[in-house]
Amino acid sequence: MNNEKVQNIDSNTACVNASEQQHPGWYNVKYTIVGIIFGIVFVKAEIISWFRIQEMFRLQSFHMFGVIGTAVSVGAISVFLIKKFNVKTIHGEKIVIADKEFNKGQIYGGLLFGFGWALTGACPGPLFAHIGAGFYAVLVVIASAVAGTWTYGYFRDKLPH
Amino acid sequence: MMEQIIQPWPWYVAGILIGLIVPALLILGNKTFGISSNLRHVCAACFPADIKFFKYDWKKEIWNFFFVGGIFAGAFLANYFLMTDAPIAVSPALQSELAGYGLTDYSYMLPKELFSFEALLTVRGFIIMVIGGFLVGFGTRYAGGCTSGHAIMGLSNLQWPSLVATICFMVGGFLMANIILPWILSL
Repeated sequence: MNNEKVQNIDSNTACVNASEQQHPGWYNVKYTIVGIIFGIVFVKAEIISWFRIQEMFRLQSFHMFGVIGTAVSVGAISVFLIKKFNVKTIHGEKIVIADKEFNKGQIYGGLLFGFGWALTGACPGPLFAHIGAGFYAVLVVIASAVAGTWTYGYFRDKLPH
Repeated sequence: MMEQIIQPWPWYVAGILIGLIVPALLILGNKTFGISSNLRHVCAACFPADIKFFKYDWKKEIWNFFFVGGIFAGAFLANYFLMTDAPIAVSPALQSELAGYGLTDYSYMLPKELFSFEALLTVRGFIIMVIGGFLVGFGTRYAGGCTSGHAIMGLSNLQWPSLVATICFMVGGFLMANIILPWILSL
């Protein structure tokens, strides 16, 4: 039973939204442009700051709650409009967003990530931004995060889901 | 205008721009926002080790590496061209707490006393950088996403499992920051 469930999660966590269309590799540059804007926002709004994350978890500042709350609101309105008006991609494809299926990993994994988030003061996006901003010691944190992901993959069948 | 760009940006500007990444990725190519997946793709590309979880066609997800490449570049540009030399403004309550652990350097976004190659040789630096990083990688994949995939993308799409995950992220963070981290910082 457990194995079947794990299989199920597989299809939900990898390549869920793979577009059916084939494009030349350089088309991916459009995602780099979106990433550049994201990277600038990360640094300019101090979202990559360890101090901002500590303030958030100690309820000493509204900043991060405001950032996340506004982002979710804007994202939710956007998704609602995309669905309501059946907006297509720039290549004319129908937009599909896979549903997230519940499993206990969202609880156990969520708590563990919460611990890591408060320790490092960073979720995965800001980790990459730190390297761009020249803080090379964070490469150690990224290497550890890759090791953590790999360890999860290795023990996955034995973990409760 | 330039004066405002150089100053730290307010939360609503950041929130709106980050929220717009969700429709941007969907409309540009049917991609869902999610960063921690890249850690999995790195494993799949470099160390699959015959583990089923890492045996999939990671090349189909290569757009996400391009996206992360953009984050690098954007962070570089912002840090070198759009910053002042002013120290990070931190709430007085946090400042006085951190001073108790000998953390007083606000010249960068991270406390240099904790995040440096030298700090790796200290107990608290090792726990924060190495164990902390490990928990980020292990926890996000176990949860099936991070702040971007669950908290922003999942909640935007009104997915209740993402709400569960987001609440657990916050509960874990509150416990760590308020109960366990003070002890680690005093090591």
